[in-house]
Amino acid sequence: MTATVELCGQKLEGPVLNGSGTFDAIAALRTFGDALLDEFPFHAYVSKTITMAPRAGNPPPRLWETPAGLINSIGLPNKGLEGFLDEDLPRLGRLPVPLIVSVMGFSVDELGALAAAAGHRDEVAMVELNVSCPNVETGLVIGADAAETGRAVERCRGLTPKPLVVKLTPTAADPAAIAAAAEGAGADAVSLVNTLRGMALHPRTGEPWLGGGSGGLSGPAIRAIALEQVHSVAAALSIPVIGMGGVQTGTHAADLMRAGAACVAVGTESFRDPAAGRRVAAELTALQPLSGPVPAASGA
Amino acid sequence: MAEESNPNGEPRTLAPLGRRAARVTANRSVGAYRLIEALDLGGPIDPRPGQFYMLATAAGWGAGEDERPYLPRAFSFARVRAESGRPELGFLVEAIGPGTARLAALEVGEDLLLTGPLGVGFSAPAGGGALLVGGGIGVAPILAWHDALGDAAPVLLGFRSSPHAGAAALFAGAPLVATDDGSTGRRALVTELLRERLDDSRPGALPIVYACGPPPMLEAVRAICSERDVRAELALEAGMACGYGACFGCVVPTRAGYLRLCVDGPVLDAAALETAVAPGAGH
Repeated sequence: MTATVELCGQKLEGPVLNGSGTFDAIAALRTFGDALLDEFPFHAYVSKTITMAPRAGNPPPRLWETPAGLINSIGLPNKGLEGFLDEDLPRLGRLPVPLIVSVMGFSVDELGALAAAAGHRDEVAMVELNVSCPNVETGLVIGADAAETGRAVERCRGLTPKPLVVKLTPTAADPAAIAAAAEGAGADAVSLVNTLRGMALHPRTGEPWLGGGSGGLSGPAIRAIALEQVHSVAAALSIPVIGMGGVQTGTHAADLMRAGAACVAVGTESFRDPAAGRRVAAELTALQPLSGPVPAASGA
Repeated sequence: MAEESNPNGEPRTLAPLGRRAARVTANRSVGAYRLIEALDLGGPIDPRPGQFYMLATAAGWGAGEDERPYLPRAFSFARVRAESGRPELGFLVEAIGPGTARLAALEVGEDLLLTGPLGVGFSAPAGGGALLVGGGIGVAPILAWHDALGDAAPVLLGFRSSPHAGAAALFAGAPLVATDDGSTGRRALVTELLRERLDDSRPGALPIVYACGPPPMLEAVRAICSERDVRAELALEAGMACGYGACFGCVVPTRAGYLRLCVDGPVLDAAALETAVAPGAGH
């Protein structure tokens, strides 16, 4: 039995979430049937990122296996806000855990409109802001710039009372500074890490393998980077941190929590085992906690 | 034939949630391939032919070239047999990369990790009956479908050469075999056999064609059937990470836009496709 945790005022039966875009509960229902509802692998469910307009996603191929990891170039395929609210949200409302809806906008106005529309619905417990996206008005990736992130969060804060989680960009020069700007603008939690940029070349032609040219690297290959970023971000914030990156076992989850994460997310490991979240939670519960916090980074 | 146990009416048997271990009971060579059989104590007895499983080994996964494999590999099952009421699954494997090399080296008694059955299988034939077409390693789901339909359904098989054509011995009855070099059966493409067969059929008795094989073969099947107004179901292939719709990595272009092959396929109605040759397919 996993101890309950509180995240942004929401009681969860345990600390294990899914990373956005790594588990499609609607497709999983088609594959596994109602067993999915009886044995749901996560204590809260994060949707795939929703954009204002429908998106087809990137041309295939979209996947490349690396040593202990995966590069994906999916391109955020989704039905758009209206399709999501009409078709998917009522079905996701059947899930036995709180729902966090991930949204991404190509301007601060658009992000605000998405957060307001998602936050307005009773099925939605929290809204996650995916800020790993260029603002078409400034050309800057919102999550790579503290001021842009602050503006974006402030706008959303004024438009929905629901808790806001900011999904940080790991390629930012100083993720802790971005996170602090998000907290200052009213974010209720941050989540990290997103995937890191990666590339693969076709073994015969030497051209980029992925249809999108490059993609995001995930899996055990990035676990050490995630641990360091969670540690440095958590030290700079007073709001909760949702940590993720290469979690495969309860020990990996415990490491992130010892580094300062209040909750953890399982992502790519769910591709290898659809029930990975449940297993990680059980292993985490069975672990003897190590005492004391991880010392602050020395800066060396 | 398996009952349709899915509430949506799709030809799909639901999978238990989560990855489980199956015990390897046999690994023997069938021509150029290995036939790996495993007792799947935790799985359904009635997977639908055309459905697939994500496979990995319990030991030594990640210990190959370039520290791979990391992700499981998708395989349509080639046969299912009841052993004391439990399913014994058969998979046809050819070692062409770090994942398939490790699977091909499985020893009896080892644990094979699997998730499945996944995706949508073949739908039942109606009216004119079934004509089965397999190419290379793609004969696997055709074998399972032939077992389910019974020996009456004619089978056309194509292979590179004689060693690969050894897989034809797994079929009951007398499949027609073609090889690229003529070392077994006719020197022809299997699609030539298909064209002849359809042109010899009486107009009112055209079958449904079920096919699996390399993308150029499936594209030829699609075109041949389309020209003759023959319904065809094609079992396609794409690189997959998860097998159950989570990663959105295995999309193929269709007339209705991109479809995830793992949840909307791998068996697709040929009429849904403009082409069966998708980028990255078969890698």
